[in-house]
Amino acid sequence: MADVLVNIPESAAPGEIIEIKLLISHPMETGFRPLADGTLQPRDIITSVRCLYGGETVLEVDLHPAISANPFLAFHLRVDRSDEIVLEWTDWYGEVQREVRQIEVV
Amino acid sequence: MTLTRRSTFALGLGLPLMLVTRPLFASPETMGAAIATFTAGATPAEGRVSLDIPLLVENGNSVPMTVEVDSPMTANDHVTEIAVFNERNPLPDIVRFRPSPALGLARFQVRIRLGDTQKITAIARMSDGSLWSAAMTVIVTAPACIES
Amino acid sequence: MTKVCTTALVILMAGPAQSDDRRSGFEFMGPTTQSMQTDDMANPGMLAVLAGERLWNEPAGLSEQSCQTCHGDPEGEMRGVAARYPAFDEVAGTAVDISGRVNLCRTRHQRADPLPHENADLLALVTLIGLQSRGLPIQPDPDPRLTEWRARGEAYYETRVGQLNLSCAQCHDENAGGHLGGAPIPEAHPTGYPIYRLEWQAMGSLQRRLRGCFTGVRSEPWPYGSDGYIALEAYLMQRAAGMTMETPAVRP
Ligand code: HEC
Ligand code: HEC
Repeated sequence: MADVLVNIPESAAPGEIIEIKLLISHPMETGFRPLADGTLQPRDIITSVRCLYGGETVLEVDLHPAISANPFLAFHLRVDRSDEIVLEWTDWYGEVQREVRQIEVV
Repeated sequence: MTLTRRSTFALGLGLPLMLVTRPLFASPETMGAAIATFTAGATPAEGRVSLDIPLLVENGNSVPMTVEVDSPMTANDHVTEIAVFNERNPLPDIVRFRPSPALGLARFQVRIRLGDTQKITAIARMSDGSLWSAAMTVIVTAPACIES
Repeated sequence: MTKVCTTALVILMAGPAQSDDRRSGFEFMGPTTQSMQTDDMANPGMLAVLAGERLWNEPAGLSEQSCQTCHGDPEGEMRGVAARYPAFDEVAGTAVDISGRVNLCRTRHQRADPLPHENADLLALVTLIGLQSRGLPIQPDPDPRLTEWRARGEAYYETRVGQLNLSCAQCHDENAGGHLGGAPIPEAHPTGYPIYRLEWQAMGSLQRRLRGCFTGVRSEPWPYGSDGYIALEAYLMQRAAGMTMETPAVRP
């Protein structure tokens, strides 16, 4: 399990556009880095990130090797109800990790 | 102190070595091909997309990039996909966003790798099928002392 | 591992830094790199803090005790510690930096193997400890046994080394504010260590940073853990006394 920083406000007003930030501990190995023996360090990147709000997919992001190590993503979401916000990402080996937060909209 | 020409020259000797560790495989042509695939050959109009990247980058390993599309993000009128391309990294693709109108605002920030000074292009596809784009050139300065 | 120092194509000269006007490396960075450091939700160094918090509570070694068992929460006893190091360890009879101190706890108190230099877990623990001094002034330990270490550090700082025959002082005192290639030359204040360096794409210690400067002047760096580094660290901390700690800093 990678260390991850997730920033989602705990509460917001109805209709408010909140900012969501995600920072994942990951080397994002490009697959182009030569090793001492002349071979290349195999690619190992996070390939996609998804955000779900109340079970509905609101954002999909495809990441390529040009995304920096320890990938950072900030985006916005309009919230109109108290519900679950899920951030989910998939790595090169198909492994999925997720973080779940609840937002109170009052 | 005056750093002599000899010493500055010696410091500069490392440059070709560094290029070996940062292969540059893509080209304006491969970026063009990747864009053509994304747009299915159509030419995007200029505008509605803004790219915010520092003009002068301190280290190409981590360059903050914000891409924003001017869109009301309603069910009838929203961005369906944004793709960002570069012309001198090993691969032309950087990142793609597929937002739903629920986001309310089409603004995204990530950090990207830029192996060299180069042009970045962002293209947005709208729910009506129209394509919009923005491009900018980013100058990447090399760090002084690196271990590789 | 090959080490290269690149692109000193142009060196701009600048006036000497005033000793009462010391500036952290933070001041030499562009606004976007600065905000990467100041926003805890965007600072990759905070990932090391997270890892450090996890490790702080993990029992290790034959003692099966964690850092927490003996020290309690890091916010308590560890406050201000990093702002005071290097310190002299009575039992070992030598000066140690924070990494060395953590390894003393591992071997002496936890009865575990020491962690290797630049090991991610060691950096994470040291970053967590460093964070407990963030915002506090650097306050070097007054222990008189450190005086000799600082004097040695100062001597190294003033000595020309390497094929380029340059001393630390020539760059960091006489040419601070100038440029080496595209990079500004900072004043070499150790306010933010361990740092997240964009060039490394990872956390690294002050020793790793110093090794970069050695290779920069084409001088073979001392092995990790050498007394010379501890002496330089002790001198640099003395030289930066009163400046504000900013661990985990971000540097280009
Ligand atoms: C040729 C000039 C040069 C010499 C000589 C040099 N450095 Fe540096 N040093 C730099 C530059 C340039 C940087 C900024 C980082 C970079 O981009 O490489 C730096 C960065 C540093 C930093 C990091 C400061 C921060 O904000 O984190 C420290 C500490 C440091 N040097 C200490 C030393 C010491 C100690 C020596 C002598 C052993 C030394 N340097 C010799 C050019 C030099
Ligand atoms: C069994 C008890 C014990 C454990 C476990 C332990 N320590 Fe310590 N630690 C001490 C003692 C006692 C000292 C005081 C110096 C000495 O006697 O070695 C100390 C000193 C320190 C100091 C220096 C504090 C200062 O003010 O100078 C640091 C930093 C530290 N420990 C970090 C750690 C970390 C990190 C861990 C976990 C990896 C840890 N310790 C685990 C007992 C422990």
